[in-house]
Amino acid sequence: MRKLNFVCILTDFFCLLKTFGISLKCLATVMSNWKIRDLLSLGLLGLRHSRGVLTKYSSAGQTVSAAASVSSPQLQPNDAAEKILNLPLEKPDFFRVAELFSLKDLFDARVHLGHKKGCRHRLMEPYLYGCRLDQDIFDLDQTVEHLQRALNFTAHIAYRGGIILFVSRRRQFGHLVESTAKDCGEYAHTRYWQGGLLTNANIQYGPGVRLPDLIIFLSTLNNVFQQHVGVRDAAKMNIPTVGVVDSNCNPCLVTYPVPGNDDTPVAMELYCRLFKMTINRAKDKRRQVELLYGLNAPSPSNS
Amino acid sequence: MQLYYHFGVISALLLTKTNNHIFLRLSTDNSALCRKNLAAAGPEKFTAEFIQKQIEEFNIGKRHLANIMGEDPENFSQEDIDRSIAYLFPSGLFEKKARPLMKHPDEIFPMQRAVQWGKDRRPFHFLFYTGKQSYYSLMHELYGKMLNIEKHQDRLRSKGLFSKDGHKISLGMSRWLTKEELEALLVENISTHDYNRFIQIMERLLSMPYCNIEEEFVLRFRHLLQTQSRHQMVSALQKDENGVAFSSAEGCRKTSHSTVVLRDCGSGRLSVNGQDSLLYFPVLQDREQLMFPMQFTGTLGRFDLECTVSGGGRSSQAGALRLAISRALLSFLSPSEREMMRQAGLLTPDPRVRERKKPGQEGARRKFTWKKR
Repeated sequence: MRKLNFVCILTDFFCLLKTFGISLKCLATVMSNWKIRDLLSLGLLGLRHSRGVLTKYSSAGQTVSAAASVSSPQLQPNDAAEKILNLPLEKPDFFRVAELFSLKDLFDARVHLGHKKGCRHRLMEPYLYGCRLDQDIFDLDQTVEHLQRALNFTAHIAYRGGIILFVSRRRQFGHLVESTAKDCGEYAHTRYWQGGLLTNANIQYGPGVRLPDLIIFLSTLNNVFQQHVGVRDAAKMNIPTVGVVDSNCNPCLVTYPVPGNDDTPVAMELYCRLFKMTINRAKDKRRQVELLYGLNAPSPSNS
Repeated sequence: MQLYYHFGVISALLLTKTNNHIFLRLSTDNSALCRKNLAAAGPEKFTAEFIQKQIEEFNIGKRHLANIMGEDPENFSQEDIDRSIAYLFPSGLFEKKARPLMKHPDEIFPMQRAVQWGKDRRPFHFLFYTGKQSYYSLMHELYGKMLNIEKHQDRLRSKGLFSKDGHKISLGMSRWLTKEELEALLVENISTHDYNRFIQIMERLLSMPYCNIEEEFVLRFRHLLQTQSRHQMVSALQKDENGVAFSSAEGCRKTSHSTVVLRDCGSGRLSVNGQDSLLYFPVLQDREQLMFPMQFTGTLGRFDLECTVSGGGRSSQAGALRLAISRALLSFLSPSEREMMRQAGLLTPDPRVRERKKPGQEGARRKFTWKKR
């Protein structure tokens, strides 16, 4: 049955291509630049709910400005609340996260060091600069780009008052991660992950619980060198994830992967510091903007 | 019509032509399938407003009770409440918990977790999404304390003042909190594995040198053992008008109560309830019981005893008197002799009381005669 479905999907695929006059090569370039999720939402590929073919997200992401244009056009913002929410979307790097770190900082924190060649995951090969004496080295240019995107995304989520959950199963850094979360005013989970935490939330926590809006994985592997259950569960519950992926990790299901080292204490401290600074910055900005708009438009908004 | 009955009720209904509407009662109306599984719902949940209302009602009721008893409503303590309730609603029930009760709602309703998130539905605690927030926050704090101690050790090492046997915490007579007590402290269920891990890490903290900086934190989880302090209660040695030292003590056994006044005269007289001991206790065994504490300590002829005893039978009265005499003797003895008396069992009150008769049996243990047919 599975093979038949595959064949059906492929035939649909080719029919569509013919109707739109798009060649496969053209389509491949388009796919490499756009996220599959957004393509599906646009209805460009009107395929049936794909099962095996298109579940893997391509690793290249988008800039934030493109995301703003892809989402549905906003009405003329008369409401102060709408103005507050749309303010950060006017500029590409509204929170200036690029100023928080430089390539040299990443190099000094030994973020470019990966695991040995034998531990390498096939899907991490695009992010590697090379291999020296059997040890994989990350391409820090790509890392800088990915990290900027990830920090920008967390800043936007924090600005909108979203719940951010820090997850890491490394026992060395559990305390550090929990303290970081406490200092930001966000949440952490560095303990044993019970099966139904995200998928069975109403029964685990009580009815009406609010799930996290972003999950940040400071290490995507658990203590048995398997992918953390949270990555898969977040994908199931449509929760975006930011994850530090090492050379032995699978970057597929992570929305904003950050290829880099997750074993050295210096690197972990750097990541925690960066995330804490972005979240605090975003929250402070939100408070500033609310005060500003509160002073400008004191009249109550009519819904 | 009788012909139709054996087809069952439903067929009888169908066969009646006069009925235009045939109401078929659902055969599962009151069966097990429709009944609510009350046991599976868990313990009853009380809302915060409900508890608040109960507290207000309790306070108003307390004032009314004070007015009824003619006492001051402002200074009406819990003991006064208990006394008043026992007076107004006398109950002969054996089980103390079944008697009428008026206590503060916090003691009656078990502590429950309030809703964990605010108006914007953001949870209050930063470890909410782990599931066991209190336990894990405790572990987080514990780890923080260990890091603190290590930092302190490093500071001392840099000054050159570090020594391996530095300042440990003196535990004294205390034990770790049990799993139930810890659960009550954290208001959360803990598994045995979690509890053992917690104790293991606390022991590790205690083994580190210079852990006395976190003494207060550790002592929060230790429970003082109170068994040693009881036998230290020695009745005071008082002086008579004539300068004769005397002490008094009480003793009970089964349903007898006795009081004894021990005078250091040097006569060795024994009077029980105004009578001589020979008259009151004709049996030798009872008189031996009275004499035993003094014979054990070798003070047979030294003291003068004035005893009063009531309740029970002859043997239990003798036992009560013996306990009272031993307690009164404590104030005249040295600590080593006191320890000898305690080890001899003279200071232990006998806990045996009459066992109640149970229904379906002839006595406390004796069953009715079993007849095969």
